[in-house]
Amino acid sequence: MISAEPYVALSLVLLCLGLVGVMVRRNFITVLMSLELMFNAVNLNLIAFSFRLGDLAGQILAIFVITVAAAEAAIGLGLIIALVRLRDTVSLDEADLMRS
Amino acid sequence: MDFLIANFEAVLFYTVALAAVAGGIGVVTLKHPVHAALALLETFVMVAVLFVLRHAEFLAAVQVLVYAGGIMVLYLFAIMLVRFKGMRPDEVFLSGIAPLAILGGVLLGSFVAIGILLGTMATGEGGAAAMRAVGDELPGNTEAVGWVLYTTYLVPFEVVSVVLLVAMIGAIIFGRRDAELSKPGGEVKP
Repeated sequence: MISAEPYVALSLVLLCLGLVGVMVRRNFITVLMSLELMFNAVNLNLIAFSFRLGDLAGQILAIFVITVAAAEAAIGLGLIIALVRLRDTVSLDEADLMRS
Repeated sequence: MDFLIANFEAVLFYTVALAAVAGGIGVVTLKHPVHAALALLETFVMVAVLFVLRHAEFLAAVQVLVYAGGIMVLYLFAIMLVRFKGMRPDEVFLSGIAPLAILGGVLLGSFVAIGILLGTMATGEGGAAAMRAVGDELPGNTEAVGWVLYTTYLVPFEVVSVVLLVAMIGAIIFGRRDAELSKPGGEVKP
């Protein structure tokens, strides 16, 4: 039986990887994928502490996080389609429609 | 062999954790979106394995069904709908704020690591029994999660369903071909 620390450390590594992906990449689709990576890291953290504390609330919260991630994916992919229609690119640097 | 049997959980955890991190590095570094999506799929499945190791069997099933089944198909659809052939290629792989981003990542990592250290010192070790208990009985993880979800967390559950409805309406509006924003000039009129 291994303790919660390795799980939380792995969650931290995945979260930082996702953060780097969100901030460094320019491709909109890849940025959304990095966001999913961060959601997964959060879920892993919630599950690890749910087990450690013997409380099911962490698992319920993880279900809500998965729901929000699904909503985010649907909206984000709609945004990608709209951006491609407008600018013919998926580069986030070209999404400057509100800059006059 | 005896070592493997005695430390099966630890060996499994570190193997799966390495695979998950490899998938994460793939998502961040691979250039082609389909390759990144496959790396992300690997991470999803590995995280599902870790959920099983932490006695969250129901969530592991949800992870595979919703993430690996639903969200991944959505991503592949988006990659398919976005034709990369006629598109201007990305001149620069990284965005301009990359050094700032790396600094921010390191700072966040140190803060969270300190938080973990303090948190793990403060809390105790739980048990597997609590993950599948309903009252005094032990029917299973799915029953326990369902019981807590539909009693204690009923109101947040209903609110989340509204969030999904709003997201669905938003996605339909963004995806409409005759929407106001798809003018040939490419500019949005206020």
